[in-house]
Amino acid sequence: MSAAPQKAKPGAEAIAVTVSAVVPLNDLVTRFEFKRSDGEAFPTFSGGAHTVITMNDDGRTRLNPYSLMSDPADTSTYAISVRREDKGRGGSLFMHTRVKVGDEMTLTYPVNLFSLDLRARKHLFFAGGIGITPFMSMIAQLERMNGNWELHYSVRSEALGTYVDELKYKFPNKVHVYYDDQSQSIPLEHLLDGQPLGTNAYVCGPKGMIDWVHATASAAGWPDAQVHSEEFLKPEPGKEFEVRLCKSDKTITVGENESLLEAIERAGVAAPFLCRGGACGQCETDVVKADGEFIHRDHWLDDDQHASGEKIMPCVSRFLGSLELDR
Amino acid sequence: MTIQFNEETFRDDYSFYNSDWAIKRFPFPFHEDSYMYAVNMEQHRGGPEGSVYEKRFDVDEHYVSEMRDRAMVLADDPLRCQSLPHMTLAGWDLLELIMVSKSEDYPDLFELNRDGNQWRWINKPLGIDDSFTFLDETTLPYGPMEYITRQAQGDFCVLDQRDEMLWMDAGMVTTQADWSLDFDIGMNFFEWHAPVPLAHEMGIFKRALKFLLNIQQGAPARRLNWTMTVNPLLDTSPENYHKWGIQKTTLTPENIGSKQHLRVELQTFFRLPRSNALVFPIRCYLCSFQDLMTMPKWGRRLHRVVRDLPEELATYKGFIDNRPMMLDYLSKFDDGLPTSPGVFPDFETEPPLQTTT
Repeated sequence: MSAAPQKAKPGAEAIAVTVSAVVPLNDLVTRFEFKRSDGEAFPTFSGGAHTVITMNDDGRTRLNPYSLMSDPADTSTYAISVRREDKGRGGSLFMHTRVKVGDEMTLTYPVNLFSLDLRARKHLFFAGGIGITPFMSMIAQLERMNGNWELHYSVRSEALGTYVDELKYKFPNKVHVYYDDQSQSIPLEHLLDGQPLGTNAYVCGPKGMIDWVHATASAAGWPDAQVHSEEFLKPEPGKEFEVRLCKSDKTITVGENESLLEAIERAGVAAPFLCRGGACGQCETDVVKADGEFIHRDHWLDDDQHASGEKIMPCVSRFLGSLELDR
Repeated sequence: MTIQFNEETFRDDYSFYNSDWAIKRFPFPFHEDSYMYAVNMEQHRGGPEGSVYEKRFDVDEHYVSEMRDRAMVLADDPLRCQSLPHMTLAGWDLLELIMVSKSEDYPDLFELNRDGNQWRWINKPLGIDDSFTFLDETTLPYGPMEYITRQAQGDFCVLDQRDEMLWMDAGMVTTQADWSLDFDIGMNFFEWHAPVPLAHEMGIFKRALKFLLNIQQGAPARRLNWTMTVNPLLDTSPENYHKWGIQKTTLTPENIGSKQHLRVELQTFFRLPRSNALVFPIRCYLCSFQDLMTMPKWGRRLHRVVRDLPEELATYKGFIDNRPMMLDYLSKFDDGLPTSPGVFPDFETEPPLQTTT
């Protein structure tokens, strides 16, 4: 134990897995199930945790985070559900079109940035579309603990209602589904009013929905600490830009369709990360010099830090111009 | 490996002792000839064979006696063990972590048989053989955290993680360096560290918190901390300060070698799977000055560290009054020779003490 403080390792610990099932759920969403390749049991996890899956897309490494949506107590199988994004950067398309039963892949150990507040007397869930996934594992966990929960789930149509049938069958009195194409919407103000003291609210879905729940709860007098949300940002494509990595003495070009973090990794530079979605803070990087304009997209740095130009989150943020980083 | 457990006490007649084996593997905390705060974290993934870093939860010759001492402390003051209602799940996580680790790391001492949620736990050194239902509190004589930490050396803080913050919401604390669980229960990370001098200004706690919030399943971490204790007392609590504080005045140049102990904490950190809480075991090791001096490198280095320590730290660690007497003693073991880097004693390679006549 003589070592100096160690630098954060890139990513959580990895687990080699074999794809055990590929189950299309509807036109957009497919569930992927995994067994450990070494035959051992998976670590159990807490509801709301995610894993980062490594895809080998013809030599290009893609790392995407997905919520674990299997029962946390089931250590034989992990499952994720992936929505196909036809206009995305290709990770979900790769999962939908290329991944087959028997494929060898790598998952990380579970990481939870969206955990249940176990003090809560009641858990009030708001899901939009594929945002249902973290609630699947939370519900499984709470059912084992006799937890008090209620789900309000907004979907586009009956045909795209991922897990609606299963949820309504198992929990007819706790699950409430709202169909966009039938002009139904979550009666949020009404639901936030009159909940028992000690209720915690959780929202996962599109950014607009998350903002709506936070703003409505805040206006209704809910403490911020009792309203939880998770939104994985995806790195957005953007104009190519050049970055000087000072510590590694390398100059890299970030392509239109890759993130700054991916470009750093492609150059063989080990950079810390966990969620790859702008939420966990692990990849925070110091800016040495910046000549141009930041495109900050993360949820980690605050407005002052964004304005300071001293930090950047390379998993989701970009730059227009030339940039020097302490990496 | 079979451990010979010591018959010893940590109170009254203080019959505690370290065998040669225990001295050699003592976690000497100084990797260089000076000391200043640092977050100094490293991964907790084993270490040199036989060292205290090798296993997830080190078991040594003091195990049985330490557990007896813990039971006495709890009988006098049950508030040393507390768990807020939402922390029960974390208690089960901890029970599982310790039972699995110990049964795998010390199969000759501990056995765990699991059939679904029907578990049987055998602790041979303490003569325990219990069958119970995992996640069913009614099947254990204590809550899960108390049950297992009555069978594990060191203190345990179980920290809830909410709002980018850690909260001291459960713990078993009977071998502490002068802090109180009953006082700190429910506090957040900055609140319970408020009394520590200098480190706040240095930004140590902000960095440490950030590191701890990001400790993930499957990737535990560890660090060392240290202080000084007169007599081999495990329970140096604020609650009992009136009993042990006065003992600091009993030090004399004649008895300092045997009475003065370096107290080292091996602190480890594990993310707990079901609760997403963080457990922070704090394992206390004691070694008398005279035993430490059997390792020439440690003798040279301890003198230099104690001599050069900033006054605030010597005050906070509670030995500012005794420092001159310590230095008189320790200086006899410092011949000015350089020391090798790192914490290990390097007994084979470090030159013996050069005595001037």
